[in-house]
Amino acid sequence: MNIVVCIKQVPDTQDVQMDPERGTLIREGVKSIVNPFDLYAIEEGLRIKERTGKGRVVVMTMGPPQAEEALREAIAMGADHGILISDRAFAGADTLATSYTLAKSIEKLGSPWIIICGKQAMDGDTAQVGPELATWLNFPQITYVSRIIDIGDDRIKVERLTDYGYDIVESSLPCVITVNKEINEPRIPSLRGMMKAKKFKAEVWDSSSVEVDQRYIGLDGSPTRVVSIFAPPVKKGGEKYHGEPEELARHIARKLEEMKII
Amino acid sequence: MIDYFLTEEEQMIKELARKIAEEKIFPKREYYDETQEFPWDIVKVMAESDLFRIFIPEEYEGLGGGVMALTLAVEELSRGCAGIALAFAGTALGTFPIILFGNEEQKKKYLPRVASGEVVAFALTEADAGSDAGNIKTRAIKDGDHYVLNGTKQFITNGGEAGIYVVIALTNPEKGARGASAFIVEKGTPGFSFGKKENKLGIRASATRELIFQDCRVPAENLLGREGMGFIIAMKTFDYSRPGVAAQALGIAQAAIEEAARYAKQRVQFGVPIANFQAIQHMLADMAMKLEAARALTYQVARNIDKGNTKISKESAMVKCLASDVAMEAALNAVQIFGGYGYMKEYPVEKLLRDAKITQIYEGTNQIMRNIIASQLLKEVK
Repeated sequence: MNIVVCIKQVPDTQDVQMDPERGTLIREGVKSIVNPFDLYAIEEGLRIKERTGKGRVVVMTMGPPQAEEALREAIAMGADHGILISDRAFAGADTLATSYTLAKSIEKLGSPWIIICGKQAMDGDTAQVGPELATWLNFPQITYVSRIIDIGDDRIKVERLTDYGYDIVESSLPCVITVNKEINEPRIPSLRGMMKAKKFKAEVWDSSSVEVDQRYIGLDGSPTRVVSIFAPPVKKGGEKYHGEPEELARHIARKLEEMKII
Repeated sequence: MIDYFLTEEEQMIKELARKIAEEKIFPKREYYDETQEFPWDIVKVMAESDLFRIFIPEEYEGLGGGVMALTLAVEELSRGCAGIALAFAGTALGTFPIILFGNEEQKKKYLPRVASGEVVAFALTEADAGSDAGNIKTRAIKDGDHYVLNGTKQFITNGGEAGIYVVIALTNPEKGARGASAFIVEKGTPGFSFGKKENKLGIRASATRELIFQDCRVPAENLLGREGMGFIIAMKTFDYSRPGVAAQALGIAQAAIEEAARYAKQRVQFGVPIANFQAIQHMLADMAMKLEAARALTYQVARNIDKGNTKISKESAMVKCLASDVAMEAALNAVQIFGGYGYMKEYPVEKLLRDAKITQIYEGTNQIMRNIIASQLLKEVK
């Protein structure tokens, strides 16, 4: 039984540079990290294995060859195996093509028990890959999971965090869950794990080893078109006023007049 | 940046300890400093990340890293909090007698326990035996296949929290220091209890406590080495552990420099950041020079020990003394650069000053260190 964790390598910075022509992020010279939400997914995968004494934690990522580094971090934390889905043909994929490729890879891997994703990636922030993955696989999905209450061979009961409170949801397995930061505290890797990770070589799957329909992968399989991309304008510090409400209201009204807003 | 040519493993240890410091220690250090609780949650993280294995030989479930590995880990942890780091460093201090002088059975029994995260303590100091360690009064009298311990140890790091204690006691008082022996005593042994827990100026996350032995029967097989070797064991242990105190001081000094430089760039007086003033710049430059010199010497001595250089008492004393003096000066300067804010608990530098002070005192005062250095030096020069 495979506990499959899907992760993404993202640039480690809050102010990423963008290429406005191509509508993509400039990745050169920026350190890459495992998407922070995915660390919670890895941790939960390890915990499921520890609490049940069952399963094999398999971490999967689609990306360029250097994404192996992200798998290595998961191995250092204690994951059993890492698969890198990498091929030029997969490049340029949007969330739909990515989730399709991941779904086909999970089918190739076989015997999934549960599939865990972080709730979203911090570069794209779409939160789409998890739900799309479930759709391709025709598995149930539970998003924004904040606690696994119980997990058996073929049933899972979880708590999910929503805008209005918590839902308690039960599902059959296999299913896809996406997790938020409430679910756990990712562990610090151990030295022995780090040493194992140093030697780790990912199993690489390309478009010939995964059975895919070429129409659904890479740029061709991606209906999303980025129309334009820009950094939000930097907010200026603003001004603070102190005083009585009436006086402040007058002051603000005057300011707005000066700025010709009113 | 100076390249100290760390091995891949050493680099890994350094990165891991830094990660623990930044992710686990930074958010909790104020709490532990305030409450003086023992930081068990962080000790657990250290254990789970294999940090306790680094100074344990491989055949006893360790990673066999030695003193250099220990130095790197303690330095990084102490950059986070010297008090929390001491749970770890104090364990190494207590474990060295077993690594260096334990027989096969003792090593097999205790070292794997330490490797997996059991806290250890070393007990030499008594009320009337500080620098004058030869003046200890705790007795160990042989009775069949046991030794019976009586006496009180004072200011014992990790006291009460550790599961394993290495205790120096007199088996033959007439012989003075040559009549001392070292014993492994486990927590929970009948007749072994804990007294006063000290309320300290600094390293408040560390437990410093009295150990009380009242007709405490310790199995004879727990004697380390032979009877009469107690002081040799203690002195040799300090040769190995003093670079650890130096490392703690390096971590404190590093934190002081980082805090002071960051603050100097932000703090505006007379219309400019105070980092623009030469008076501040020169303080920072002095701090940086001295820290790097102390670090270079500490690493070199640690590597010497790992290479099997046994005549290292003078050099171990040097790094402990030098690095702790550097840390004290750096912490003082950091508070000065912060000015009034530096005196306030809301800012991190007053704690660095409080924590730095102990490194000039414990594991031999810096006066005793200078005695060791000078006496060896005078012997060497014909």
